[in-house]
Amino acid sequence: MEKPLTQHIVPGRAPLSLKEYEKVGGYQSVRKILKEMSPADVQTLVKDSDLRGRGGAGFNTGLKWSFVPMGPEAAKPKYLVANADEMEPGTFKDRVLLEGNPHQLIEGMIVAAYAIDASISYIFMRWAYKVAAREIIKALDEAYEAGYLGENILGSGFNLDMHLHTGVGRYMCGEETALLNALEGKRANPRAKPPFPQVSGLFGKPTIVNNVETLCCLPHIINNGAEWFKGLSKTGDAGTKLYGISGRVKTPGCWELPMGTTIRELIEEHGGGMQDGYLFKGLLPGGASTDFLVEEHLDLPMDYTAIQAAGSRMGTGTMIILDDQTCPVGFVHNLQHFFAQESCGFCTPCREGLPWVEKILLAIDRGEGKPEHLLTLDFHTKYLGPGNTFCALAPGAMEPLQSALKYFREDFERHIHEHHCPWSKAKVWQPSI
Amino acid sequence: MLTTEEKHKIDHEISLVPSPKNACIEALKIVQQSHGWVSDESLQDVADYVGMSPAELDSVATFYNLIFRRPVGRHVILVCDSISCWVMGYESIRDQLYQKLNIKYGQTTEDGRFTLLPNCCLGTCDRAPALMIDNDLYRDLTVEQLDEILEKYT
Repeated sequence: MEKPLTQHIVPGRAPLSLKEYEKVGGYQSVRKILKEMSPADVQTLVKDSDLRGRGGAGFNTGLKWSFVPMGPEAAKPKYLVANADEMEPGTFKDRVLLEGNPHQLIEGMIVAAYAIDASISYIFMRWAYKVAAREIIKALDEAYEAGYLGENILGSGFNLDMHLHTGVGRYMCGEETALLNALEGKRANPRAKPPFPQVSGLFGKPTIVNNVETLCCLPHIINNGAEWFKGLSKTGDAGTKLYGISGRVKTPGCWELPMGTTIRELIEEHGGGMQDGYLFKGLLPGGASTDFLVEEHLDLPMDYTAIQAAGSRMGTGTMIILDDQTCPVGFVHNLQHFFAQESCGFCTPCREGLPWVEKILLAIDRGEGKPEHLLTLDFHTKYLGPGNTFCALAPGAMEPLQSALKYFREDFERHIHEHHCPWSKAKVWQPSI
Repeated sequence: MLTTEEKHKIDHEISLVPSPKNACIEALKIVQQSHGWVSDESLQDVADYVGMSPAELDSVATFYNLIFRRPVGRHVILVCDSISCWVMGYESIRDQLYQKLNIKYGQTTEDGRFTLLPNCCLGTCDRAPALMIDNDLYRDLTVEQLDEILEKYT
């Protein structure tokens, strides 16, 4: 089984130096595109490979690039940004790539920058990834030294600068237009679209923001072709995928597997099954902002198409397991606390609605819930849903809530009727805040 | 007053962006690195230096949870309180820290050694529960490990 993205990553070992990386074929894709391919060729190849964005949205990467104005008339400079702000709760896949093989990311970014004719690139990385930051700075120095970055790369006439920018917190920075505001030294509020970043992004110039895992696929697609990339998958969605599991399984972790590996195989073979004494109750397939899936979905392939057809989203592909001994109301309450706290406060439904949802869940969790509270929560899942807010944060927050109300409604009702959390031992009526 | 070294570092950041204002977050990071936090005086200094009003700069500074606008201890403990750490029982870690340090979230120990803060997902969910102290990440945590970990920070 091929694992192109993680083949050179050995946990506990330092990432490959530039020399070591070159020995195993590193930077070949850069040599190839600069010698043999035009930016249009690269865009076409990537579009044909069916590579879809690994940050969660799943948009065709080549198609995303195709909206960037090209040619001598296009505004300059153009920018490429690697979104390494991995802050979706339950997600830890980009960390593996950033810490484990920084040169692969740099190589992928050179390919992407060439495809859109960008001359300046940034890696926007969350503050918490200290080891990754150290390794990337080292790798950037090596890449400049070897002439893969800077002016006239490998004598081709193509110029590209690359900088690491580490953030100072806030989930919002992962939203691509908010990320651009953060990079410009502003509050990370999202921007109105259109104009889309491809036309008017960082500092008002054409900009592409791609996820780390997406970028890391590019060298392999250039070297091996679109058909090879599609052949890595078990289903219609191309490539491999970095899947992860956290929660009460025996061996939580992150694995690169063929796209379309089933949820059951992930949990039982790679996650080692549930821990002794814990039963599976549900899961969030791809981070905090995806809808719950339950027992009946275990044989679904984890890809964009199948998970979407089941009413959820594959998201980041790193799943969080809900076990039978964890209260589903408490689980959703924890998530809504996160979203309420991380709302940027710019638009009213999100700023006002999420804290309301959190307060209701707190009340239910404490045994102070009322039957009408469930209707208020239902109401919120609609009015904070797609189309009613400025960005995708609140709609994302509503995904686990609406599906919890669907699959675990009885558990919510038990809290309300029994006036306490059935999962907590103490039957205490706690005072309101 | 910004020191010569701080100005030198901020100048470098300004050289990388179209307008000095665009470097304001980097400038705040530089000041925080030398003082541990961003005081009103430092905020004013940075605002003057990059050509923003203090109010505008404060709106940026207070947006980001890791720019500290109040003094912090010599070491900052960030406890992950997000979903995977909650499922794996981070609350016992938090409660033990409350007890050992005799402070709660948002507070600093009397000797100025530690500030304790909650933090959202640290991106190491397969090894929950997790926390960070300054630049160091600790994972697969149990309450028994806390004494030994805290001892490393004076």
